[in-house]
Amino acid sequence: MAVERVAERAPARPPVWNDPRFRAIFFQALVLALVIGVGAYLVNNTLTNMEKRGIASGFGFLGTTAGFSISTTLVPYTEESTYGRAFLVGLANTLLVSVIGVFFATILGFIVGIARLSRNWLVAKLAAVYIETLRNIPLLLQIFFWYFAVLRNLPSPRQSFILFDIFYLNIRGLNTPAPVFEEGFGWVLLSAVVAVAAAVSIVRWARRRREETGRPFHTVYTSLAILFGLPTLATLLAGSPLHWEYAVLEGFNFQGGMVMSPELVALVFSLSTYTASFIGEIVRAGIMAVNRGQTEAAYAVGLSPGLTLRLVVIPQALRVIIPPLTSQYLNLTKNSSLASAIAYPDLVLVFAGTVLNQTGQAVEIIAITMAVYLTISLLISMFMNWYNRKMALVER
Amino acid sequence: MREGTMVEAGTKVSSAIRGSGDAMVRMDGVHKWYGQFHVLKDINLTVAKGERIVVCGPSGSGKSTMIRCINRLEEHQSGHIVVDGVELTNDLKRIEEVRREVGMVFQHFNLFPHLTVLENLALAPVWVRQTPRKEAEESAMKYLERVRIPEQAKKYPGQLSGGQQQRVAIARALCMNPKVMLFDEPTSALDPEMIKEVLDVMVELAHSGMTMLVVTHEMGFAKTVANRVIFMDRGEIIEENEPGEFFTHPRSERTKLFLSQILAH
Repeated sequence: MAVERVAERAPARPPVWNDPRFRAIFFQALVLALVIGVGAYLVNNTLTNMEKRGIASGFGFLGTTAGFSISTTLVPYTEESTYGRAFLVGLANTLLVSVIGVFFATILGFIVGIARLSRNWLVAKLAAVYIETLRNIPLLLQIFFWYFAVLRNLPSPRQSFILFDIFYLNIRGLNTPAPVFEEGFGWVLLSAVVAVAAAVSIVRWARRRREETGRPFHTVYTSLAILFGLPTLATLLAGSPLHWEYAVLEGFNFQGGMVMSPELVALVFSLSTYTASFIGEIVRAGIMAVNRGQTEAAYAVGLSPGLTLRLVVIPQALRVIIPPLTSQYLNLTKNSSLASAIAYPDLVLVFAGTVLNQTGQAVEIIAITMAVYLTISLLISMFMNWYNRKMALVER
Repeated sequence: MREGTMVEAGTKVSSAIRGSGDAMVRMDGVHKWYGQFHVLKDINLTVAKGERIVVCGPSGSGKSTMIRCINRLEEHQSGHIVVDGVELTNDLKRIEEVRREVGMVFQHFNLFPHLTVLENLALAPVWVRQTPRKEAEESAMKYLERVRIPEQAKKYPGQLSGGQQQRVAIARALCMNPKVMLFDEPTSALDPEMIKEVLDVMVELAHSGMTMLVVTHEMGFAKTVANRVIFMDRGEIIEENEPGEFFTHPRSERTKLFLSQILAH
């Protein structure tokens, strides 16, 4: 009975300012109020000032004519196009650099990372020198190096470096042949699609047969033969509907063909070599994080070093590699904004540069640009997180 | 050339077996160095088919290094090692050929954590022996039953206890149908109550006629199962004898000291 009575009586309540639950709510409310207050003050201040000075606000400017030209455009664009169209051109150029950069940085990074672990002294040291040099020099300086010191010193079109008689490298960029499609090319395209489908199903079939009968199959050779053979055959049957338009020197410059601007080449080159040095270290760390006993156990059951790397080490290394790899992809995408320094027309140069100068609508333009980078980064993160979950280890 | 001191009895036993002809593993004058450190000094050992050998000795005596030389996880610098008629050289093809025939169980299990128990067992038969997966998994299930954990087949190693993991590791080695099994302190990393379940499996394996080399301090196992016990110290084989004699009448002072230390309590 006595015990019950004690339990019934509630313990003395502390003063409300000593109650941790009250404190938690109070401080959170305080912080929220401060953030809203400061935000409202800033917005109000900006709007008032802009009104006083007669600066237009709103997003109407996106529909007006831009009136300037852009050197590299992936989407159709002329001087009569709108600012909105200029935004799209900049966005496409940024995405172009990022995608190509990520692609090469990943390949080069994995090669350098594995090379640094090589037993071959020379290979390992070369990889080490590459990594230590490139990751310790500022990226902007490397972009300047490739652009001003290397590509800007190339000869004029008349004295181009000629590769295989069809590529011309000069101060204006790299001239390559351009494909010209004629009637009947649809068949070639169709055959290419069929070839890819056939190769995929052969790979699947070979895997199933290996699992069922244990007999290996030369998947690589067969799929390569199909991938190249079938479109070639279709091209011949359709009467060669594809021919190449070669760049031809006329006067002071080349006519015809395609040209990759030196800005694009310098940017892609420096971004991917720089990021590859970081990815190399990430790959090396990931492989080293796999316990030595794993390799020994794989060897002990008779797996070759190649199969050990593929079936045992890499799958376990990936879960260590993926999260930091994601942040390198994000870095590369964000670093592509250094394009402005060598006048490659990316989002920052075109939109946050030229368009901002012409319209003066700094708040809207900077906000849009930031939102774009934020969106791209979050999309990359989401994809990589999904991939990471797929690779994650079942521990318990 | 031989700088190690061989105890006479040891020489007698191994030369007697060497004469018999059906040696599964033969080590002749094997030396190994880690830099300046001489880990293995003139090891001469012949393991006959079906023989079960327990190797013991203080830590750092080279016993693990010795059995790891047999499947070339460690390289020896001089002498000859012949496994089932194949001499271990720098030839990768030969090394893989030997490794296919030699099963190994490690102190820390070394199961592949990203694969299920069944996948762990089927990996090598599928990729090395090119067995159809279905067949490989069926035979894997048989070995899991033999080590008494068929119900864990779909789990990942991280979900099993230490004793269960070590039994999976034994089954994984058996899946390749090895001619020799090497055990490198298989019970040292286990909790006491799990040691027995692993030893039971090993005893059963010994009775099935498997050739075994076991590095262990489980003297009970040595007494019941071993044909021969080898004592190593500082990189040398100090003494070898059949277990009855070895435990009751050790010859060398170092063996006596070692036995008094591990049997003290």
